[in-house]
Amino acid sequence: MELTRRKAILLGAGAFLAAGLPFRASAALEDKIAEFTGGAEVGSGDIKLIAPEIAENGNTVPIEVSSETADEIMVLALGNPTPSVATFKFGKLAASRTASTRIRLAGTQDVMAIAKLPDGSFVQATSTVKVTIGGCGG
Amino acid sequence: MASGVKPRVKVPKTAAAGEAITIKTLISHRMESGQRKDDEGNIIPRSIINRFTCEFNGENVVDVVLEPAISTNPYLEFEALVPETGEFKFTWYDDDGSVYEETKEITVG
Repeated sequence: MELTRRKAILLGAGAFLAAGLPFRASAALEDKIAEFTGGAEVGSGDIKLIAPEIAENGNTVPIEVSSETADEIMVLALGNPTPSVATFKFGKLAASRTASTRIRLAGTQDVMAIAKLPDGSFVQATSTVKVTIGGCGG
Repeated sequence: MASGVKPRVKVPKTAAAGEAITIKTLISHRMESGQRKDDEGNIIPRSIINRFTCEFNGENVVDVVLEPAISTNPYLEFEALVPETGEFKFTWYDDDGSVYEETKEITVG
């Protein structure tokens, strides 16, 4: 095939579109993170996320988040149809910034916890969970 | 969904003043995610518990926003400080507007 100028432009446009697709799929996730952090930089530090490496059943995956100082912790499942999972706000009488719950995961994916620290900064931790049976009824 | 919802909470009966205690809560609820389809292929509408709060004598312990990715029969475990004798109040808010409440007494001795 002879590569004419016209074909080269078409090819370029196609590649651009293909590259743009995954970006759009994760837009909901980026919106959620931006909503929580207000667009602030997310570093790493005082946040721990405990999740199993392998979950046989994606319908109930036990997770635990903990931090020394966080005011709020948001949990996200990056591969779910809707990425938000839960947001924990710790009040005056919370003895520790620790909480555990059970979540649904649609498939093997990363789970992320973002903590808001009292000084207004944000830190995150990520953990990959392998899921044998997905938890979204599919 | 208003039928078959039963909150269950585990709180110690006594504690020392200022002690940190672990609280476990569970409420039976389908937590329909809004993603599933029935036999005819129609989407089953979302029906979940979207918020949970725990208070001790009116003072907030935790306030949790729940999303459809929380499992059926949402289970939450956290730690609370007990400064004095009093009452824990647990509240679950359903999508349909229902509010489920549970209280537990604790004695500081």
